[in-house]
Amino acid sequence: MGLFDKLKRGLQKTKDLLQTDLRDLLKSGEILTEPKLEQFYSRLIATDMGVASAKAIIEELREKHVGRTVVFEEVWDTVRAKLKALLKGDSGTLWDASQPLSPLRFAPEGVTVILVAGVNGVGKTTSIAKLANLLKKNGKKVVLAAGDTFRAAAVEQLTLWSQRLGVEIVTKPSGSDPASVAYAGCARALETNADVVIVDTAGRIQTQQNLMKQLSKIQRVIADKVPGAPHEVLLVLDATTGQNGISQAQHFSQTVSCTGLVLAKLDGTAKGGIVLAIRKEMNLPVKYVGVGEQIDDLELFDPDEFVNALFDQ
Amino acid sequence: MSRGHSTFMFEGITKGLEGALSFLRGQGKLTEQNMQDGLRAVQQALLEADVQYDVARDFTARIAEQALGAEVLKSLKPYEQFVGIVHQELINLMGPVDHSLNLRRGELTVLMLCGLQGSGKTTTCGKLAKLLQESGAKPMLVAADMQRPAAIEQLRVIGQQLGVPVYSEAPDSNAVRVCQNGVAAARKNGDVDVVILDTAGRLHVDADLMREIEQIDLKLSPQQILLVCDAMTGQDAVNSAKAFNDALELDGVILTKLDGDARGGAALSIKAVTGVPIKFIGVGEQLDKLEPFHPDRMAGRILGMGDVLTLVEKAQREFDADQMAEQQEKLLKGKFTLMDFKDQMGAVRKMGPLTQIMKLLPGMGKVVDMLSSADIDPEEDLVQIEGIIDSMTPRERDNPDLIDMSRRRRIADGSGTNPSDVNKLIKEFSTMSGMMQQMAGMNKWQQMRQIKQMADGGLFDPGAQIQIAKKSTALGPLDKRAQQDKKKKQRKDARKQRKKNRR
Repeated sequence: MGLFDKLKRGLQKTKDLLQTDLRDLLKSGEILTEPKLEQFYSRLIATDMGVASAKAIIEELREKHVGRTVVFEEVWDTVRAKLKALLKGDSGTLWDASQPLSPLRFAPEGVTVILVAGVNGVGKTTSIAKLANLLKKNGKKVVLAAGDTFRAAAVEQLTLWSQRLGVEIVTKPSGSDPASVAYAGCARALETNADVVIVDTAGRIQTQQNLMKQLSKIQRVIADKVPGAPHEVLLVLDATTGQNGISQAQHFSQTVSCTGLVLAKLDGTAKGGIVLAIRKEMNLPVKYVGVGEQIDDLELFDPDEFVNALFDQ
Repeated sequence: MSRGHSTFMFEGITKGLEGALSFLRGQGKLTEQNMQDGLRAVQQALLEADVQYDVARDFTARIAEQALGAEVLKSLKPYEQFVGIVHQELINLMGPVDHSLNLRRGELTVLMLCGLQGSGKTTTCGKLAKLLQESGAKPMLVAADMQRPAAIEQLRVIGQQLGVPVYSEAPDSNAVRVCQNGVAAARKNGDVDVVILDTAGRLHVDADLMREIEQIDLKLSPQQILLVCDAMTGQDAVNSAKAFNDALELDGVILTKLDGDARGGAALSIKAVTGVPIKFIGVGEQLDKLEPFHPDRMAGRILGMGDVLTLVEKAQREFDADQMAEQQEKLLKGKFTLMDFKDQMGAVRKMGPLTQIMKLLPGMGKVVDMLSSADIDPEEDLVQIEGIIDSMTPRERDNPDLIDMSRRRRIADGSGTNPSDVNKLIKEFSTMSGMMQQMAGMNKWQQMRQIKQMADGGLFDPGAQIQIAKKSTALGPLDKRAQQDKKKKQRKDARKQRKKNRR
């Protein structure tokens, strides 16, 4: 089964709904009125994209379509174009759909280091397992560094995953300095000629300064061991996250210069629209989405599918 | 990139309202027309705080109804009155709360925690157990999360930390069975009166897992079913809370991760849509960081008005009243020494990380943002200051004037700082103790103003010099005695002058 099939299958329903549900609101042949815009605004807000993004879209609609007869396809095109513009930001990052590893920046030679961070409970460890699986499937030799030495049994959790996946893991006892685990992970990867080392970190609320400092220390230690590393700093974001996601992206980026987002838990009813706001504010792209609890449920981010799924009810 | 977008925006809600309603000044009544901007600002603030759209819309409609025709009180600015109405309505909506867990006397009570993945169930189990322990109950934890790898192990570690028994089985067991066996084990144990079931995180749309938790509910009929919800959750909070409530009839909600800068609008949405009350809030990773929910504080938080009450409570808990009184007396007498200064800083630090405390103060959120963007950690400064004071002899602490160049060098060596740091501390301390003596003679309002001046002058910016507050020319020096004498002299002079004039 192709990598996209699963996501597409899940989203097929979305597309059908989109056609009927939005069509009901924006009926062709009727005049687009302010009350209808207001209703559409509420739909935008429900995606967690935030007031600023929602207003930008409504403004565009108001300018182009209010007071005119609705042609659904035209209105929808306006919305989709605006959403995609918001999602692509300035850089217009797009990756090759046939290359699951294309969003990642690899070291020109030698070992590539991926640092993974995020607040508590967003699904960092699970996302790391999925990413390791994806890398391994694509012929990369992976080492995991169990850097969450704080939460009880976090090391065990990642160790269990490493056993299931058959990848090497570097651990230290609970309570050790996470930077030393990151260092040991990098050292092990260099020793064994591994392609990629993924460094897990403990969840931390972005306003905890001491913990954020600890995170930048981890980054420094990695850079010391592997010049130019970490090549990717991925911020894992829970798809149910609301407007606080912006604060998360800002604080983490300030500390460790994030290179992209992993949007986890997109298999519920939450839309993850906050990534629009984050893209708008920070120009930080989504690289992967977690769409289920199975190890294979990590997909490349596809703006088209994402935009369609935003209005699934 | 606009820094601090979210926090800034929320911090600004009261300010936004002030602007929107400023033209109300002098107008007698709040009318539909003159309130429009204010209502819009409120709705936007609620949406930015993740309150669900429909809830926010209904809420503003109710505010309009209440505020309509309300006389603008002379003593208040219109926006203050308006914010007051909003604040009160938020409190009404989120309250009243009942913090009880309905523990049964002489019988085993079963509590069940449920929620989405990553909401903090396992940690909250530990926190609840600790809370119960402290109130004299004997809790036991049951590890019924068969989904997440090592979840059982995590609960076991937490149990060990608390000295609370944990019932667990192999990871491939059936969750319903584990809960049944756990409760049986608690009965058999005899020394347990509350059982807390830690269930697996599940999506509310996952039919299989929702059936499983309904089964647990059916087979064990827990006395309390609590939903654990992440305070950072956006618009979807209502959907999941509704689904869990439909399946299980929730008794309460525990809102977690409120130690960050999330506004926690989910609290309002969940209460408004499901009617299930918020019972507790989680405010940190440590196991003692579970607090009863207070609607008034949450209302302030959602509106970005700061959380002053929590701060006051924290202060009351941490400060030793006697020590405070003693220090106040010293202050009044002008005998406040570096040692007292250090004690006070210690007391402040006990309350938690400085930045966290400052965040609770209205308007201070921005200062914290500023500090962190400038990479200034007030905490670090405190450590340095403590180090310097520790390296002084008792005599030097009592009388910093003694400290000459060679002493300064010795202190700097002892504390791993530069002589200039020592010098700066001494200088700032003498400015500060001067100001504190001034403050001792002021009333509360004057003190507040003084503190604000201190903050503006760089209290939280170690690079800046604290300015000496401009003294009021009308009052003259603050020494009461001197003032009285001065007045006496003035009266005497005036009398003399009048006499002279008469001649």
